[in-house]
Amino acid sequence: MLRALELRKDFGGLTVLHPTSVDFRPGEVHALMGENGAGKSTLMKVLAGLYRPDGGHVEWRGARADFASPLDALVAGIAMIHQELMPIPDLTVAENITLGTEPCGRFGRIDRPAQLRRAKELLQELESEIDPSKLMRTLTVAQTQVVEIAKALGRQADVILMDEPTAALSDHEVAALFRAIARLKARGVAIVYTTHKMDEVFRLADRISVLRDGRLISTAPANELDPAKLISLMVGREMADVFPKRSLPTGEILLEVSGLTREPAYRDVSFQVHRGEVVALAGLMGAGRTEVVSAVYGLQPASRGVITFKGRPLVIRSPQDALAAGIGMVTEDRKGLGLIPALGVDQNITLTALRTLCRGQLIDHRAEAVTVGARLEELAVKASRPSQPIAQLSGGNQQKALLARCLLGDPDLIILDEPTRGIDIGAKAEIYALIQKLARAGKGVLLVSSELPEVLSLAHRIVVLRRGSVAATLDATETDQETVLRHAMPL
Amino acid sequence: MPTLDRNLLHRYGLLFVILLVGLGLTLTTDTFLSVANLTNVARQVSINGILAVGVTFVLLTAGVDLSLGSVVALSGVACATFAHPGDHPVFVPIVVGLLTGAACGLVNGVLVTRGGVAPFIVTLGMMTISRGLALIVSGGRPVANMSNELTALAGDFLGIPIPVLCFAGVALAAWFFLRNFRLGRHIYAVGGNENAARAAGVPVERVKLFAYGLCGLLTGLAGVVLAARITTGQPNAGQAYELDAIAAVVIGGTSLAGGVGTITGTLLGVLLIGVINNGLDLLGVSSYYQAVIKGVIIVGAVWLDRRQARS
Repeated sequence: MLRALELRKDFGGLTVLHPTSVDFRPGEVHALMGENGAGKSTLMKVLAGLYRPDGGHVEWRGARADFASPLDALVAGIAMIHQELMPIPDLTVAENITLGTEPCGRFGRIDRPAQLRRAKELLQELESEIDPSKLMRTLTVAQTQVVEIAKALGRQADVILMDEPTAALSDHEVAALFRAIARLKARGVAIVYTTHKMDEVFRLADRISVLRDGRLISTAPANELDPAKLISLMVGREMADVFPKRSLPTGEILLEVSGLTREPAYRDVSFQVHRGEVVALAGLMGAGRTEVVSAVYGLQPASRGVITFKGRPLVIRSPQDALAAGIGMVTEDRKGLGLIPALGVDQNITLTALRTLCRGQLIDHRAEAVTVGARLEELAVKASRPSQPIAQLSGGNQQKALLARCLLGDPDLIILDEPTRGIDIGAKAEIYALIQKLARAGKGVLLVSSELPEVLSLAHRIVVLRRGSVAATLDATETDQETVLRHAMPL
Repeated sequence: MPTLDRNLLHRYGLLFVILLVGLGLTLTTDTFLSVANLTNVARQVSINGILAVGVTFVLLTAGVDLSLGSVVALSGVACATFAHPGDHPVFVPIVVGLLTGAACGLVNGVLVTRGGVAPFIVTLGMMTISRGLALIVSGGRPVANMSNELTALAGDFLGIPIPVLCFAGVALAAWFFLRNFRLGRHIYAVGGNENAARAAGVPVERVKLFAYGLCGLLTGLAGVVLAARITTGQPNAGQAYELDAIAAVVIGGTSLAGGVGTITGTLLGVLLIGVINNGLDLLGVSSYYQAVIKGVIIVGAVWLDRRQARS
């Protein structure tokens, strides 16, 4: 019904999706699997008309389709549930669900009762009790996700693309979604599905396509695969190659946080980071990990608690304070808090440590070019030229450039918040190696990561947060995923 | 040529348009291409040019300044008040004019950064406040009787009009500053992504305060130059000057969303508006039609530019 024919997509000279052909059939759940940055979302966005392909085309019901916009695709019968949620916070749930398809009376007047009824029906389809007259901004992330799914169901689409729809859902909500998917399948709707959860794939999918580094590796019926086979297809190499050896910490305390509190995000958080040590903050989404490290970096200062750095108590009110003391951070929110999109890679890299490349107030352009050149090479950042706008780079290269920005100021403590989110396995391995190199050089690394294998392999110690409090501090060499998860789960 | 910088292409594109308009005027009038007329164009654009350079800084930080015209009037009145013959040495009225402008700019900056009020609102308020102050200080009448030393500022130096020299100096300094100063780089960073700039350790508030203050200072300079030229401090002068200045900057490729733009672009935008104004005068087009034509050209130029940027 829907086919991708030799679809290709480039971003700023880099091909993120190599020519890919795959077909999607009515009444079938087709899972797209792959590491972050493998090209799953890109493929979906091309299919949904969000991106124009740079090669190949989409075939829809046997004819070539050139969707100029998501609206074109929607009208044709292709709806998408996005990974990034896009609610309109000040409209009601019902208004969000029926956005663009509002039931109308005469003269385009919105038929409010019909609108509420329709929203209620769609939510019931997902077995959800959300009140459709509530304002969107009062919902939790999980509820927002449910509303987004209801919105896509309401389009009466023949194809629904679901990009990690269960990322924020509870088990109960996931089960309801799966039952809704089964009903859609029975109606002949084609479902394209991505997820990082193995069990979901094998419960749901009829066929599985694996993507790696922007290439389609295989398409096979789900019953011909098992989890181990699927992982080796996705990764393309053994994880053992990816994680470098751990170094030994030296023992000197670099950072000591005690009693850090900012209600309601986190309370009474205490931990230490030694020189040469990698300490990971683990926990579920919303456990307060990002909030805690943001306080240490001054992005969102804590209301109580003491931060001692290099043996001295430190008042950190802004990133400027943190940087001056020798604390650097690469944020989780690359787009919002990291990139200056219109500036070149070079100027993005030198932004924080620009002072060291100045004579007085004047920028030493030659020194800047030399420094940037060296860093681009060292971190293998792929850019067509140093002044290429950073917005045109792939996620992995953007991330490496932001790491370069952080390291250029030579901080003693480096905070990395989800440093490998949304980047390909190659770039991940490079970042892992870099983290170990920093630790060996006597730096302290404070790592926040949702990927447990990453946490277990890289960190010396793991501080597990649960609902804003420290649930446990574990020795990474003597623990396993189950133990960490047990502490992370709310009881 | 291997890779053409889009900025460069854009810059030359605008230069091409200016030359085209110039060529057209040379062919249709016999006065356009003369030293006297071109000097006249330069003199006419210099005040708008100084304002445009100043407001480029503010627009680059993703702000806006609507108070330019009124602050020009207030600075002119303040300057003229201290410029009566024999009262003070000539630098006093000049400094008073500059400081008046800078003070207005700093107030804008403080309200935007510390007060968290939207730049549009802050400067809209400053627009009517400074116009009111100009009328209060002058009692609603032009402040005349200015010393010859001050009005000489509108004259020539080595055959070049001093306002033109002021504009050229300001533009050159601004160009150098944005290119080579750390603070210049910070202005682009703040406009490009304010939160990311803050997270990278850029003193965002100070950067914005500087942009508004500098814009105010240059507005003060424009006020002094205008007062010298019309030999009075006119409380009603400078109406809608901010619109011409912002139009020139935007034609020059600066994004109203901040973070993108150059002084060279602003310079070309100022020249384009100047040449068009001059040409319409030479062709004897009625001022009613001039307004319409100018508006069409402003929107058309920016539309063409954005279309090109998208492709």
